[in-house]
Amino acid sequence: MGIGIAGIFTGAAAITSPPRAALVIPIAVPGGLGLDPLLLSPTPLGGVFCIVVGAVGAVAALYGIGYAHGPAASRTGWSAFALFLLGMIMVTAAGDVVSFLLGWETMAVASSVLVLADHAERPAVRPAAAWYAVMTHLSFLALATGFALLASKAHSTTFARIADAGITGPTGIAAFLLLLVGFATKAGLVPLHVWLPRAHPEAPSHVSAVMSAAMVKMGVYGIILLTSSWLPTVSRPFAVLVLGLGVVSGSYGILQASITSDLKRLLAYSTTENVGLAVTAVGVGMLLSNAGQPEVASIAFVAALLLVVSHAAFKTVLFLGAGTILKATGERDLDRLGGLARTHPVTAWTFGLAAMGASALPITSGFVAEWTLLQAVVHGDGRANTMLALALPVTLGLLALTIGLGLLTFVKAFGMAFLARPRSDAAASPSPEFTSRPGTAAMGVAQVLGALSVWGLGLAAGPVATAFSSVLGYSGIVTSEMGGLRLVTIGVLDPVALGILALGLALPVGLLVLVLRRRVPRRATDLAWGCGGVRTSPRMEYTATSYAEPLVRVFGEALRPSRSLEVSQLGDDRVLESRVAFAQELTDIVEDRWYAPAARWLRIVGDQARRIQNGSIHRYLGFSFAALVLVLVVVTLP
Amino acid sequence: MIAVFLVILQVLVATAITPLLVGVMRQVRARMEGRVGAGLLQPYRDVRKLLAKEPLRAEGSSIVLIAAPLVLLVSSLMVVALVPLVTTAYIPSIPSDLFVVVSLLLIGTVALALLGLDSGTAFGGMGSSRHMMIAALVEPTVLMSVYALSIPVGSSTLSRIVLARGADVTRVVTPAGLLAVVALVVVVLAETGRLPVDNPSTHLELTMIHEGMILESAGRDLAWLELGSWLRLTALLGLVVNLALPWGLADTAQPLALLIAVAALGAKLLVAGGLIAAAEVFMAKVRLFRVPELLAGSFVLAFLAVTASYLAG
Repeated sequence: MGIGIAGIFTGAAAITSPPRAALVIPIAVPGGLGLDPLLLSPTPLGGVFCIVVGAVGAVAALYGIGYAHGPAASRTGWSAFALFLLGMIMVTAAGDVVSFLLGWETMAVASSVLVLADHAERPAVRPAAAWYAVMTHLSFLALATGFALLASKAHSTTFARIADAGITGPTGIAAFLLLLVGFATKAGLVPLHVWLPRAHPEAPSHVSAVMSAAMVKMGVYGIILLTSSWLPTVSRPFAVLVLGLGVVSGSYGILQASITSDLKRLLAYSTTENVGLAVTAVGVGMLLSNAGQPEVASIAFVAALLLVVSHAAFKTVLFLGAGTILKATGERDLDRLGGLARTHPVTAWTFGLAAMGASALPITSGFVAEWTLLQAVVHGDGRANTMLALALPVTLGLLALTIGLGLLTFVKAFGMAFLARPRSDAAASPSPEFTSRPGTAAMGVAQVLGALSVWGLGLAAGPVATAFSSVLGYSGIVTSEMGGLRLVTIGVLDPVALGILALGLALPVGLLVLVLRRRVPRRATDLAWGCGGVRTSPRMEYTATSYAEPLVRVFGEALRPSRSLEVSQLGDDRVLESRVAFAQELTDIVEDRWYAPAARWLRIVGDQARRIQNGSIHRYLGFSFAALVLVLVVVTLP
Repeated sequence: MIAVFLVILQVLVATAITPLLVGVMRQVRARMEGRVGAGLLQPYRDVRKLLAKEPLRAEGSSIVLIAAPLVLLVSSLMVVALVPLVTTAYIPSIPSDLFVVVSLLLIGTVALALLGLDSGTAFGGMGSSRHMMIAALVEPTVLMSVYALSIPVGSSTLSRIVLARGADVTRVVTPAGLLAVVALVVVVLAETGRLPVDNPSTHLELTMIHEGMILESAGRDLAWLELGSWLRLTALLGLVVNLALPWGLADTAQPLALLIAVAALGAKLLVAGGLIAAAEVFMAKVRLFRVPELLAGSFVLAFLAVTASYLAG
């Protein structure tokens, strides 16, 4: 538990670091092998991500005090948690390739350990952890290769020199693609997202929160650095690729989220969606700056940062809420939940507020972020540029679909978990929200803190966006009155004023309600309308699966659900049926189509490769000799 | 200050005229179907009756049952305040930005959907599920037509779009402008639960969308829900008529200009409402799973509007 507090301090230290982040603090460590010294020099941009990591880490650690149990609460568990945070902070502070990769690997290994925490209790954890470990190391491999290419061209491992070298040509392109793949895997972009919906649900909830809210952001951080600082010239023609990655991840992620009934899997897919939105913003920004519209492009880049921060805020709360539900009922299947608002009011309120943020409703952080992104898209001028004239409308259409489906997803998640009547015994008699253990109070405090940040970021839109635009070195965004957000020459958004307007209009309605309440009091009845039928049982309620059924039909082509209908007849009778069993399984189509063949192919290659190793010592000696000859030949080549 | 006064006036006028609009639509429909109809003023009497009735609270329902109707009403009132109906003036810190208006509409949509889920009946869930599916699929069309309308003006602020269209008649009849308005009409029908998407006068639970969600509400809860939904209709229909016929709106507080603006809004709204009601007589509700096709069609129109204003404009 003590190390849990250490985790909080790590986070708190990270929050206080940004003031220093403006200065460059090189912490030189003598490096051997002719490498440049390790360099930790936080940039303002890194500082933003550092704040995200620190804040999310601190809130999640606070929650973990009450939530963590079993292996996750052991000394190993907490030290892995602290290392995990430390690794991420190192990534954001890294000023050279080696320390970046060092931090990256620390983060990857520590988080893999944390994902595995519950493997003794639930066997399902193991394949999830395996998927995660494989994907995260493929990402590391791609990054290491990409960085090696860059470092060899720039003759240095520091980011500053790499940026100055202005690398172009085939090496630059190869490095760009490798790094993009590496970062996209970490960010969970489609089609490299497959580890997300497996690892997030199986990890302990406070770890899922950090992974989803902070760790995947390292991928976004990498993509921003890659396109803006390391390889700006090479990445210019790839703007459409980045945009495509973002838009496809956004819409595919939210479509999968909207039809799944596992709460944590839903949140994981929604992470893919939100990271997709942030990358979309980066792509839009790149496209617009290519087209010579830097003012609007800067708004898109600021929108990317706003999306990152707002997602960090609301996704933390959502995962923590899911953790509380899991702890109280042992369920994360929305089809078996319901009615938790009565027994878990704090979780219901905080989850509801965060869900509003996730569906981008006013006056939350998500609304501000998506509004800024939409403004950037709409104000890009496509008149002189056919590429823009096609890319921007398509982007907007898919963004709008993403927003719409996001709304449905979170109405479903909130409504199914917290409203209506319980759909199972576990949900009917959950363990209480707060017990005499002080840890449960810490859980509540963490949730409330997170929810307040969702709201606060939404209300103080102007200062936050102004800070981000100064971090990025732009001036297209200024604060307007009452903490509003003014995009110069485009428009104003003032959430505080919007709130005041709402209060002003609610006032007469509220007074009227007060008068009426005195005159005609409310009467409680026992029955809801059942079409004249008798008492309806909870089994007749709509479930999460039935809620999403129309969508599965509409997007049937894209989702390919596998359904089976089994009808067993009563005896030999052909008309009377004794039992009807219906099963529907929704799988990730990317996984079925791309990963399954790839895995098969790998297995075939592996089987073939096994022939080389037949255990004969002579053959192995022959291999060594052949390798030696090969090396000599290579060395003697000019 | 004048802007605040004008906005308050607009909210009052719209709220007062809304039941009449619904009354006209019902009456037109009744007469064309050969019925006598309940009279133009029946919606006013309905609201008064509902406000005086006792609200019920079914077992197992939560605070959402009480809060959702109020949220819907307030969000609709906000939309009415922001959309240029009577006046093109706006409060400087709250411009009538279309994206903001759409999000406010979505708040009402979400409140209704949660209300449907709250009671825990099959009908509520069914209505809520259908309602959200349609809302999700309408969203692309809405934003796309906003986009199309904002391109020529360079702003997504509604008042400026309406002013720019009013100042230059040729803007109204461009292909892009027309396509966008037609797409918006489909959106309005879907968002306000009119035929062919939803039948507002259905009594069969299995076909319900909007009605399914509000089955559990009674008394003043139902009154707020009805008023809120009607106000949405006024706001959206008013927006469309003002985009199609952008004249007569007041931008100052001169009594004469205001009088003209109120009269113009009333005339435009009632005629448009009457036309929709008349069209509904000859239309049947489409199957739920044909609705996406309808919405996809309107999306294509809006998309064409955008590309047309880029490539042909």
